[in-house]
Amino acid sequence: MRKITYRDALREALREEMKRDPTVFLLGEDIGKYWGGAFKVTEGLAEEFGEERVRDTPISENAIIGTAVGAAITGTCPVAEIMFGDLTALAMDQIANQAAKIRYMFGAQAKCPMVIRTPFGAGVNIASHHSQSLEAWFMHTPGLHVAVPSTPYDAKGLLKTAIRGNNPTVFCEHKLLYPIEGEVPEQEYTIPFGKADTKREGEDVTIVATLYMVHKALNAAKQLEKENAINAEIIDPRTLTPLDTQAIIKSVKKTGRLIIVTEDCKTAGVSAEIAAIAAEHAVDYLDAPIKRVAEPDTPIPFSPPLEQYVIPNEKTIIKALKEVLQTW
Amino acid sequence: MTTSLTKEKLIEMFGKMIEIRFFEEKVFELYAQNLVPGTIHLYLGEEAVAVGVCTALNKDDYITSTHRGHGHCIAKGADLNRTMAEILGKKTGYCKGKGGSMHIADFNIGMMGATAVVGAGLPIAVGAALSAKLRNTSQIVACFFGEGASNQGTFHESINMAATWCLPVIFVCENNLYAMGTRQSRVMAIENISDRAAAYGIPGVTVDGNDVIAVYKASQKAAGQARKGEGPTLIECKTYRLKGHSRVDPAKYRPKQEVEEWLKKDPIKRLKQHLIETKTLTEQEIQQIEKQAQTKIEEAVKFAMESPTPNPEEALEDIYA
Repeated sequence: MRKITYRDALREALREEMKRDPTVFLLGEDIGKYWGGAFKVTEGLAEEFGEERVRDTPISENAIIGTAVGAAITGTCPVAEIMFGDLTALAMDQIANQAAKIRYMFGAQAKCPMVIRTPFGAGVNIASHHSQSLEAWFMHTPGLHVAVPSTPYDAKGLLKTAIRGNNPTVFCEHKLLYPIEGEVPEQEYTIPFGKADTKREGEDVTIVATLYMVHKALNAAKQLEKENAINAEIIDPRTLTPLDTQAIIKSVKKTGRLIIVTEDCKTAGVSAEIAAIAAEHAVDYLDAPIKRVAEPDTPIPFSPPLEQYVIPNEKTIIKALKEVLQTW
Repeated sequence: MTTSLTKEKLIEMFGKMIEIRFFEEKVFELYAQNLVPGTIHLYLGEEAVAVGVCTALNKDDYITSTHRGHGHCIAKGADLNRTMAEILGKKTGYCKGKGGSMHIADFNIGMMGATAVVGAGLPIAVGAALSAKLRNTSQIVACFFGEGASNQGTFHESINMAATWCLPVIFVCENNLYAMGTRQSRVMAIENISDRAAAYGIPGVTVDGNDVIAVYKASQKAAGQARKGEGPTLIECKTYRLKGHSRVDPAKYRPKQEVEEWLKKDPIKRLKQHLIETKTLTEQEIQQIEKQAQTKIEEAVKFAMESPTPNPEEALEDIYA
């Protein structure tokens, strides 16, 4: 099968959906022909579809999302890009109070089919305002769907599903994933929301990981198998809302051990929710306490050694794995 | 008041204003009887704004509304029964009891809903206008907000965006002089919100918001420009709340003399006088219209009171489409 990058997979999804449905349009800062998006995801699309449908906006995040809401509830399907995930804070009223609630508070009169694409994640030394992982904010907001693709295949299939859906989706990308290559079929496919993917099968311990942490977990699992003959299973939820709780519970029941690896803050984070689900539904199957490998509740610092210290890595994942495996 | 309006249109406008007035008086009465859960923000005194603007719109045009939104709903053509039922938290209400007084919507008449976050409706209006443009319709959007909202970032972001993209929006600032208890002069160094239009390169006008004909004329002009692709207009309507901000707020922060001055400018009183002076309607005909409106309101109350409350477990429905 051909291999393409995560970035190209996203662009393919946008292009195909724009061709399929004339009401799909893109808006965001510098996404058009002069820049092609800060991470070049939308490069070439303005040339192909015109500036009406690939719309450069002023630097007005709240109005970008509000405009998307107004367009979504009146018969179009906007895909808004917020240049960095941290900047969703500027649009939080429109995301959390308007997009998320507009269907519910108006008694299902409206639907709000829109996508907010935004990159999260640290690792490129751009400090506290461009590096955080805030998926939990949106997971904590009823009315939103939250997608967290970790591979080019998932990115394309999930983005197409998000665009075709009838609800607002916060589509969380990760800036270190954009250049990563993976197999993506040429033929049409979509990936349903709420269906986790087993990125690696194993029997000894379950790792639930998201976004870039899936790749670090895969590296850690390989190393552990090689050095300790221990087989870790890696579950990638792919969407946090809806969350495939059954896949997580099933794996935990099989392995009896669970570690969760996410890049967001540990407290009240994605990992906390997944740990709670395992505790609620599979506590009798657990042979060891659940371990969370997550960001230690700090803003993201700038200097490379500081930044590396707070982001989970293969070493911290292996350490956690060994800890849960020692508790027989 | 001078007018080129047809007699029918004037009478229709008067009818709508009366409906809003009686509806709001009834809501206040029901509130006092403890029949309305939560809070209420009445449109009493501001009727000319909603009616003047909405009369200049087509049925398929859009409006966005605010926490003080009952008048916008009625002016755009909402059903009184379902509006009242929503305010009382009933299953038969527009939002099945999930929205209440501050969140009434009727998407069938382009009423995109009331948002209770001050200023949040502005970008949504811009989005609806952009959608109309992308879908090649001739729909336009009227966006209601108060002078308090004009200090929100969304005011700047949205008007700038609509102006840059030449979108069909009428930004209607209902300047009732007070944001809750905060008088405009305490939070703004300008007197006219419409002055701000210059910053976006769009027309800005201030009209007497208690003169329905003036509001209508300004709206009609703005609507015509919007429909022709000439972009947005900011219309500031100077008006005044007959009552306090919400519930039983006695509005002690407003000087007595000021209140008395504004009471003299009651939009309904003025329109009535105009209708009689121009021999558009007789006293008797006016009374007839008032009686009809009262009957409709009584029916709405009856409908709402007799409607069932939602089943509690319906709280778990309608989150996702």
